[in-house]
Amino acid sequence: MLLILCPHCGPRNADEFSFGGELVRRPGPDTGQESWRAYLYTKENLAGWEREQWFHGSGCRRFLEVERNTITNEIRLVRDVAEGTA
Amino acid sequence: MKNRRRIAKYSALSLIKQSVTGRRWSRAWRHHDLQASYDVVIIGGGVHGLATAYYLARNHGITNVAVIEKSYIGSGGSGRNTAIVRSNYLTPEGSAFYDRSLELYERLADDLNFNVMFEKRGHMTLAHNDSSLRTMQWRAEVNKLAGIDSDVIGTHDIKRLAPAIDVSDRPRYPILGALWHPPGGIVRHDAVVWGYARAADSLGVHIHQQTEVTAIDVAGGRVTGVVTTGGRISTPVVVNCTAGWSTLVSNLAGVRLPITTRPLQAAVTEAVQPILNPVVVSGSLHVYLSQTARGEFVFGASVDPFSAYSTRGSLEFAEGLAGHVLELMPSLSHVRMVRQWSGLCDMTPDFGPIIGMTPVAGFYVDVGWGTYGFKGAPVAGEQTAQLLATGVVPELIAPFSLDRFERGDLTAEKGAAAVGH
Ligand SMILES: Cc1cc2nc3c(=O)[nH]c(=O)nc-3n(C[C@H](O)[C@H](O)[C@H](O)COP(=O)(O)OP(=O)(O)OC[C@H]3O[C@@H](n4cnc5c(N)ncnc54)[C@H](O)[C@@H]3O)c2cc1C
Ligand SMILES: [Zn+2]
Repeated sequence: MLLILCPHCGPRNADEFSFGGELVRRPGPDTGQESWRAYLYTKENLAGWEREQWFHGSGCRRFLEVERNTITNEIRLVRDVAEGTA
Repeated sequence: MKNRRRIAKYSALSLIKQSVTGRRWSRAWRHHDLQASYDVVIIGGGVHGLATAYYLARNHGITNVAVIEKSYIGSGGSGRNTAIVRSNYLTPEGSAFYDRSLELYERLADDLNFNVMFEKRGHMTLAHNDSSLRTMQWRAEVNKLAGIDSDVIGTHDIKRLAPAIDVSDRPRYPILGALWHPPGGIVRHDAVVWGYARAADSLGVHIHQQTEVTAIDVAGGRVTGVVTTGGRISTPVVVNCTAGWSTLVSNLAGVRLPITTRPLQAAVTEAVQPILNPVVVSGSLHVYLSQTARGEFVFGASVDPFSAYSTRGSLEFAEGLAGHVLELMPSLSHVRMVRQWSGLCDMTPDFGPIIGMTPVAGFYVDVGWGTYGFKGAPVAGEQTAQLLATGVVPELIAPFSLDRFERGDLTAEKGAAAVGH
């Protein structure tokens, strides 16, 4: 079982969330085919700490940014993506 | 050929001799010191790496080959899968490819002089609603055109072929029909790994276990060698056969892949009387099962809901699996599950493998095998070996090249490949 500490709902089983994959910045509309292709397909697929997106579908229905270690499944940061925009 | 060795042939006679004399069996493959250079270095001692090495040596006489494995051979997906083989895929390129693999599997025991225990039990995919029945009809027609034995059957035939399956209208999602594929079945996965290893070794291939590739040297857009925990090897050709780890290894050569690593879990019960012959799959219930020759039931499901390099099992999986299995076979309610495990799967966006060249000359991949790489291993090994030997991309693997993602020419196998096997 993987527990995610939702900033709105508290600790919840990962079952309640859908996994959105590693966080990648969307390229600008005029950056060309190459960067859009990379955005669509290419993955870092890190073994270690990864920044990813989760959606709390059975809870607050907010998109969250999560830092998870893909080897140990340890989680060290969860925040609302709206907070994370810097 | 310098390394070629006469290995004792396995046969009924050798078995009797061995048991009478009580002598120890000779080692199936040897240990070698790492050479400073090889003609071909294959990274990953799973079924794909070993098959590629074997076909390089057998079909093309290329024997100065090293297989580098960071752990023991078969420690990845190859020793963890649920051993299902079949060829009833949805697209013409998919079914032609897997059909060739089945052909190779059928005579593999002879080829390798190793009993791989291929049991042609038949493969049955259940439909619980009209739309899956329609897709199955489509699959059956595509398969028949390609000469593959595949048909849609009704509940009467399901009952006849697998009496233990509940075809009544009791379950929440009653069974309406099935796609029936007689040539499918199960093959002993460890035996395939060991058989390829032994045969490749006897032809002169070096298998290096407990040796990890930590860097790949590229100069002027060409591979020049690999660095391993056992020393550096110079080589003009490197093949990445590392499945769940394939993005990490490709990154060493600066080649990016559209792959994410997902754990896939499986479980096995205690042994009971034989009551199920075919392999049974339910896409709607996300579960599949078969009964081994020893009597255990082997269960599998879909990949875990998030990416990871962890092979730890989860309670959610065991619970969901048990519930779904009992929908299909209520008679298993008293059978105990004894073990659960997990392996890493390299998932691609289009559920097709990635085989062939990369932008770095001399660096090849045979990856993206997701949850279906056991059945694909013989053909992938054979065709990758041909590509390495001739430099020409064989027709059977052309649809699976890495640059299909650049061309927007994806394969469309999700419908026939999504439940993990
Ligand atoms: C539970 C489960 C059930 C499955 N069921 C089926 C099924 O029924 N039918 C089917 O067709 N497929 C099935 N699969 C998929 C199948 O097992 C895999 O696709 C297949 O085994 C991949 O083989 P491989 O040789 O490419 O990779 P692997 O067997 O995973 O081998 C890769 C090897 O590379 C090594 N390696 C990694 N990094 C390095 C490095 N840096 N240096 C050296 N070595 C390295 C690893 O240690 C590993 O041994 C299943 C998979 C799982 C996990
Ligand atoms: Zn929440």
